[in-house]
Amino acid sequence: MSGRGVRGAGHMEQISVVARRGFLGSAAAVAGAFSLGWTIPGAQAQGVANSAATAAGGVEVGIWAVVMPDDTVVVRIARSEMGQGTLTGLAQLVADEMDADWAMVRAEYISPEANLASKRAWGDMSTGGSRGIRGSVEYVRKGGAAARAMLIQAAAAQWGVPVGECAASESVITHKPSGRTLRYGQVAAAAAKLPVPTDVTVKTPAEWKIVGRGVKRLDTVEKLSGKLVFAIDLQLPGMLNASIAQCPVFGGKIGSFDAAKVMGMPGVRHVLKVDDSTIAVVADKWWQAQTALKALPIVWNEGANANVSSASIAKHLEGGLDAKEAFVGLKQGDVTAAMAGAVKKVEAVYGTPFLNHATMEPMTCTAKWDGTTIEVWVSSQNGDASLAAAGEAAGVPLAQVKVNKHHLGGGFGRRGHQDYVRQAVMIAKQVPGRPVKMIWSREEDMQHGLYRPITMAKMQAGLDAQGNLVALHGRISGQSILAYIAPARMAGGMDPVQFQGWNKEEFGYQAIPNLLMDHAMRNTHVPVGFWRGVNHNQNSIYMECFFDEVAHAAGRDPLAFRLGLMGQMPKLAAVLRAAAEKAEYAKPLPAGVFRGICANYGFGSYTAAVAEVSVSKAGELKILRIVAAIDCGHAVNPDQIAAQVEGSFVYGLSPLFTSENTVEKGRIVEGNFDTYEVMKLDQMPKVETVVVPSGGFWGGVGEPTIAVAAPAVLNAIFAATGKRIRTLPLKHHDLSHA
Amino acid sequence: MIKLNVNGRVHDVDAPADTPLLWVLREWVGLAGTKYGCGVSVCGACAVHMDGEITRSCGIMLGEVKDAKIVTIEGLSADGLSHPVQKAWLAHEVPQCGYCQSGQIMAAAALLKGTPKPSDADIDAAMTNICRCGTYQRVRAAIHTAAKTGAA
Repeated sequence: MSGRGVRGAGHMEQISVVARRGFLGSAAAVAGAFSLGWTIPGAQAQGVANSAATAAGGVEVGIWAVVMPDDTVVVRIARSEMGQGTLTGLAQLVADEMDADWAMVRAEYISPEANLASKRAWGDMSTGGSRGIRGSVEYVRKGGAAARAMLIQAAAAQWGVPVGECAASESVITHKPSGRTLRYGQVAAAAAKLPVPTDVTVKTPAEWKIVGRGVKRLDTVEKLSGKLVFAIDLQLPGMLNASIAQCPVFGGKIGSFDAAKVMGMPGVRHVLKVDDSTIAVVADKWWQAQTALKALPIVWNEGANANVSSASIAKHLEGGLDAKEAFVGLKQGDVTAAMAGAVKKVEAVYGTPFLNHATMEPMTCTAKWDGTTIEVWVSSQNGDASLAAAGEAAGVPLAQVKVNKHHLGGGFGRRGHQDYVRQAVMIAKQVPGRPVKMIWSREEDMQHGLYRPITMAKMQAGLDAQGNLVALHGRISGQSILAYIAPARMAGGMDPVQFQGWNKEEFGYQAIPNLLMDHAMRNTHVPVGFWRGVNHNQNSIYMECFFDEVAHAAGRDPLAFRLGLMGQMPKLAAVLRAAAEKAEYAKPLPAGVFRGICANYGFGSYTAAVAEVSVSKAGELKILRIVAAIDCGHAVNPDQIAAQVEGSFVYGLSPLFTSENTVEKGRIVEGNFDTYEVMKLDQMPKVETVVVPSGGFWGGVGEPTIAVAAPAVLNAIFAATGKRIRTLPLKHHDLSHA
Repeated sequence: MIKLNVNGRVHDVDAPADTPLLWVLREWVGLAGTKYGCGVSVCGACAVHMDGEITRSCGIMLGEVKDAKIVTIEGLSADGLSHPVQKAWLAHEVPQCGYCQSGQIMAAAALLKGTPKPSDADIDAAMTNICRCGTYQRVRAAIHTAAKTGAA
């Protein structure tokens, strides 16, 4: 929540500036601006939205809840649901403040155009950075509390009694002296006419009834029957389908294509230029479009990057490891002097590859252009940005854009970027009057991602005669996300996101007297983006594995060594202790079982992991157990936190085992899950989640524990084999040992 | 026209014989619960039952189906909830984004039909579907629960 939340009167003007820039400027910049957020506290703002709930006879009580005549409370959700459980968590927060009956709570998306028309009364729609809950928590709770106050006030007025004599519980208002009751559905219409109170007080944690419980998700049932309509499943009257091909070399352009060769194929309606580097075939069915696209003769102008390879990129990055010029993310004391005086020095170079998000639902968007309005149906991590991108691509004011949000078939950061929305709009503009659903093939998705950036790191440490760590230098060489996605958000050419986990706010070991964390920016032509967990993932591998090396060199126990340097971050130390305790760190392990630990602070949450592995002499790795601990402050739904932690180990261990994207001839080599290998069930270790909510803050949950997945296992692999694996994935390494 | 038996109903499908069953189901028959994930029979999102056998529908062509009876996620139970696997999935809150879950559920149902009390090794061998959210731990737990409640 830091730096977010309520702003003064000036923010209305800022929003209109953003909206204009959204129309005129680049949608990527708009997405960035939106995600920085100028959040309006919903409880204080007036917003009106027609929605499925109001159409079904519900009334808006405040802006965050619609109350139906049968007492069902429909909570408005501005963020996106992509599996992370935010929809349910936000509903819990609103419903708890409302004193609603949880059994009767449902949720619905607020539309981006309603948000825009109401001056963004529902706040920021961007769903990333593990901010879905922590970024909304203040105003959605106030919204729930306001609705509760309005419902009670309406009941009191109906009875002609003072508000103070009334209480609400489970969607029923009771007049305490007389015992009379009214249900929410009975007073909602009257309550809706009352002014929305602005000075509401939210509950203390001790008063929570729904928050803090592992209630069932609101969106599970429809995911069991195949009935949930993902964006890829949408069917509209008169709909056509499109498949696209983008120049395989990033930065390349269309040379020519021979539409006549495929126009006669079954179902084919159009062969279109979408933009300078993208061609679409539009057909009655997607399979027909895809079949014709494969048969379409295309000549690409591959451009200047056609000779770039993983080898040339590696050379480029290696040059940054000792480069003089670097951006400084954290500096304390004098590392150079301290290193010169060190008795023992430790140095290691690490590296991690590009990684595709590989959402199970490939990029897809449906658009319809009627000559005035552009309407899109999309799974997006940022409804506001989708609206801006659609308006920009269509060349219409934002008031002429409609966005229908669908649940995402995975997001992981990929669907914050709006490239696929723009493409769908550019196609629809050329086929007016008919909705066109664009689906990327898996190959297109795999080879046109916004990859987790490739980086290397040179780590150096200096120990004094007593084995104390007196100097630590972490040098990152590699690609910047902001330089590609949102240059406007850079600070003097520096990318602050590069230092996730290594900055003043997040670095766990600031008791080390001399510190330097710096970045030699080495960008490539490969597009990069926010990949669930972002740069914490790589930085934590570099730091936490190197820390293990340093502890080993100092002859110290890795746990005690870490704890001894975490003085400035007691909650990180506490969560590491909690993980160690649960894993019975003090007890010896069975023969052949080895342990690794790590800790990281990111996305506002403290995380730690202990991994137990065995590695056969022949090199076969088995992860026997993972204990993962997280302190996210307040735990809205402990069962969903556990689900996120479990899943985060799949996202974090896939690139440990097998996943990577490589570059040859300027293009991504891997085309599908046969070559971009990801974890399957048989590789899933037993993950025991320890939630240690210390209270007093709201930390993120969707991303932070990914950062502790790989380092814990790598450190355990060292314990088992004596081998330090410093580049991923493991499939390139031989773990056999004597 | 090619006849296709899906969820107990025979459809006349006006698609070429070399159209993958996945796209026939999604675009010709209108059953979108079966998902496209990879198109190369690796991810399992498109899994259906073909005469009771788990089958990746992206890798089998319409012309190859012939008289086989296809069951999709929409046909697994009458109400979409009452199959023991669906019940266990709900009890364990397995789905996250949910996109791969049709395939996971169909694979689990087929496993339990042939192996009513599967071991962890049986589950490892049968459940090769990709889930990027990482629901595997709960998939395993839910299969064990479904095995206990039985009648799969």
